Amino acid sequence: MPTFDATVSTPQDDYERERLAHVHPTSWNNPTPAPRYQLLVIGAGSAGIAAAEAAAALGVRVALVERHLIGGTCLNTGCVPSKTLIRTARAYAEMRDAARYGARVPGDIQVDFAAAMERVRAIRGHLSGGDSVRRLAAEGVDLFFGNAQFSGADSLTVNGTPLYFDKAIVATGARPQVPPAPGLREAGYLTNANVFNLTELPRRLLVIGGGPLGCELAQAFCRLGARTTIVQDMPLFLPREERDAAQILSDAFARDGIEVRLNTQVANVRVENGEKLVDLVSDDYRNTIAVDAILAGVGRVPNVEGLQLEAAGIAYAPGTGIRVNDFLCSSNPRVYAAGDVCLEAQYTDTAVASARIALQNALFGGRERLSKLVIPWCTYTDPEIAHVGLYVREANQQGIPVKTFTVPMHEVDRAVTDGEQTGFVKIHVRERSDHILGATIVTRHAGDMINEITLAMVAGVGLRTLARVIHAYPTQAEAIRRAADAYHRTRLTPRVRARLRRWLER
Amino acid sequence: MTHSATPMDETWLDDMQRAAFEYFAQTVDPCNGLVPDTSRANSPVSIAVVGFALSAYPVGVRRGWMSRADALRHSLAALRFFRDSDQSGAPGATGYQGFYYHFLDIRTGARVWQSELSMIDTALLIAGVLTAARFFDGDDADEIELHHIADMLYRRVDWRWAQDGGDTIRQGWKPECGFLHYGWEGYSEAIVLYALAMGSPTHPITGDCYRAWTSTYQWENLYDSDFLYAGPLFVHHFSHAWIDFRGIRDAFMREKRSDYFENSRRAVLIQREYARLNPHSFAGYGENGWGLSACDGPSDERQDVVNEERHLFGYAARGVPYGPDDGSLSAPAVLASLPFAPELALAGVRCMLLRYPQILTEGRLASAFNPSLAQADGAPWVSAGHYGLDQGIVLMMIENHRSGFLWQLMRGCTYLVDGLRRAGFRGGWLLHPTSHGER
Repeated sequence: MPTFDATVSTPQDDYERERLAHVHPTSWNNPTPAPRYQLLVIGAGSAGIAAAEAAAALGVRVALVERHLIGGTCLNTGCVPSKTLIRTARAYAEMRDAARYGARVPGDIQVDFAAAMERVRAIRGHLSGGDSVRRLAAEGVDLFFGNAQFSGADSLTVNGTPLYFDKAIVATGARPQVPPAPGLREAGYLTNANVFNLTELPRRLLVIGGGPLGCELAQAFCRLGARTTIVQDMPLFLPREERDAAQILSDAFARDGIEVRLNTQVANVRVENGEKLVDLVSDDYRNTIAVDAILAGVGRVPNVEGLQLEAAGIAYAPGTGIRVNDFLCSSNPRVYAAGDVCLEAQYTDTAVASARIALQNALFGGRERLSKLVIPWCTYTDPEIAHVGLYVREANQQGIPVKTFTVPMHEVDRAVTDGEQTGFVKIHVRERSDHILGATIVTRHAGDMINEITLAMVAGVGLRTLARVIHAYPTQAEAIRRAADAYHRTRLTPRVRARLRRWLER
Repeated sequence: MTHSATPMDETWLDDMQRAAFEYFAQTVDPCNGLVPDTSRANSPVSIAVVGFALSAYPVGVRRGWMSRADALRHSLAALRFFRDSDQSGAPGATGYQGFYYHFLDIRTGARVWQSELSMIDTALLIAGVLTAARFFDGDDADEIELHHIADMLYRRVDWRWAQDGGDTIRQGWKPECGFLHYGWEGYSEAIVLYALAMGSPTHPITGDCYRAWTSTYQWENLYDSDFLYAGPLFVHHFSHAWIDFRGIRDAFMREKRSDYFENSRRAVLIQREYARLNPHSFAGYGENGWGLSACDGPSDERQDVVNEERHLFGYAARGVPYGPDDGSLSAPAVLASLPFAPELALAGVRCMLLRYPQILTEGRLASAFNPSLAQADGAPWVSAGHYGLDQGIVLMMIENHRSGFLWQLMRGCTYLVDGLRRAGFRGGWLLHPTSHGER
């Protein structure tokens, strides 16, 4: 029986060679450093690249230091490979579910896992071109590969070579957290850092952690044919999301055949006869399950170690990363931070947005605030769960009277024609107004639909205006207009109706 | 009478209510007053069902279905049992800190199924205990004893302990692992729990605790109705069995310019609209085919088989509009909506009975039926036997609809009234609660 563990490495094929040529070519020679950089960016993930590119476009003398691969988590081990794999998993789920769409279920559905993973590598290689080292160099970014270590308030070394800066942005990202389960390390486990290197499907998979990563990959691997168990130490998945969203996800998992274990901890892991035996405890119930692979998806910790942040007077904490103020400035006024290394919201879009704020504030004396960002996020399960702005409980805690306009997707024609009635659009407004405080969308394309609400919030557009926006029919985004229409109808109080009636009867 | 009903309605309701009452009269253990969870063989006791039984006897006496002496005997037996029960919290005990395990052995009263010490089910039991105390208020020695025991049982419950140092009341506790970690977020049937916990002269929780709970409420506009969201229909019933929410409001409802009674009416409208839309195209759904609630249901779960796709959920809290929805409907939940929407509830139950007469056995409604799982003869899947919770809520809500008797009785329960006031309820009958309290 094959043993899957943390030693799995990426198959070296043409796609991988293409990716490495883009993100860390072996022939790369670091440039001769300029005497001093106006901006030095540490970490070439989403935030670092965004800052460096924007700075270069403005004619700023900028250097970018990367320890490993250009593109960071998003491209190499995060959004890009996971969404690619999820697409394949969805294709298989739809094949099995074809009868629901009036189609014939294919006779012999055999999952070709190796082909699915090859597609992951192909797409990752293809998209890596957008962040290639040569493109960055051509844009005027001095790109250094190596370990950065601060040596003073305005200096650091890269593999011993000193670099001096006026301003710096630390964007070193985060890495997977290891669950504290005894025996897990010895038994071997997968994380997002190596799970996309698999070429063979684990027959039985345990996913530890019911956050976004754990939920997405548990569903994907289940649909690809792994007997999947997901363990979450809280009453519901996605603890940050509202109860109904998390409940719909639990129900979807049950329908998919995922073994759901909520309120459950991993007490111990051991290996016997090539199997990983995992002791689970939920309240007073204990049992042991045998699996072939364990995927840890319990969260991420910021990369602050090895940078010698102390040498530059940059305050940080191991669990929460670099301490920054609302302007993203660290305790060293020359040094800013952006992305996962300092933010609670660890998303690619937020990393990029925070990098722009850090750049503006660092170089141009800007006073842009992180807290002013309207940040949407999405968990790419089926259905997807997307959110922006305040949750109801947050509004209640802040003493803001809140009312939610809810449209179940089964009220939306296009959702019905697509057989995608599961889910809802909930738009939270300040009571007795049309001012949007936030929204949660649960449906197959929630990630795309949340953008309209984000736009409305950024532009200060309320439900009254959204009701005037003609939405193409039939689209699922019509749910948003229906919510706005519902708001309009609440303005038709009995008194207003009576007045209208009298006017019409003149 | 709180409504205009035809004589035919009255006769029919009387039959339904009497049949529900007979569940308790027929299944009660005369020695200890305990009542089984269901009518199925070897069913354990549900402490909540005992709470419903204690509330049912006064109705039975009032309607002439049971003598006052028999009602007193059953009530006193139950109260004496709980007074003398093992409160050590041991795995085989009956309770702890004044709370009780959810399921008990009907003969010995010891915990079974390794069930949890249940806060909400203890509250439903205590509500029944206080109902009995309100009704049996005579000078007879037994009635005086009953009164004393009821007071002692209520005062013994350590509601504050059940907070476990947190903002809200925990749902459960087990001797094997301590407090259970289940979410308790959003509107639920727990108002009666919070009101009782706040009215306690011995171990009260604070008003902050109630506010912390209501801060998880969601006020939603759904199908053009504004309402305090809760999916399963029973949530909109259980506290209402004892508390007359007409015209009284807490801070949340004052801000929303509504009340919990009106909210339950809107819940009915939303259930009907969901069933009319019938997103999953289940058989039997429609304007007169609704009632998604906590109830029994068919199950496709197989013993010792994991990773199977599930489409039928067994006993589950089904809800609107997010499910789970497997085509199972609860006729008792529809009938229990009577006080809030009499015409709609009557039309619903009548229509279901007409189409699916199999759901009525011994004059009582089955917990659930599922017409989408029809047999060859067209008969729907029907839950076997009867559930005490269903019969209890049906009996109490029919009574409240017909006469408001239980509401009137509990208006005079000072503990409950104090608790409601401390939760911030104002207005309506709370201005003069005891003057309306019928003895």
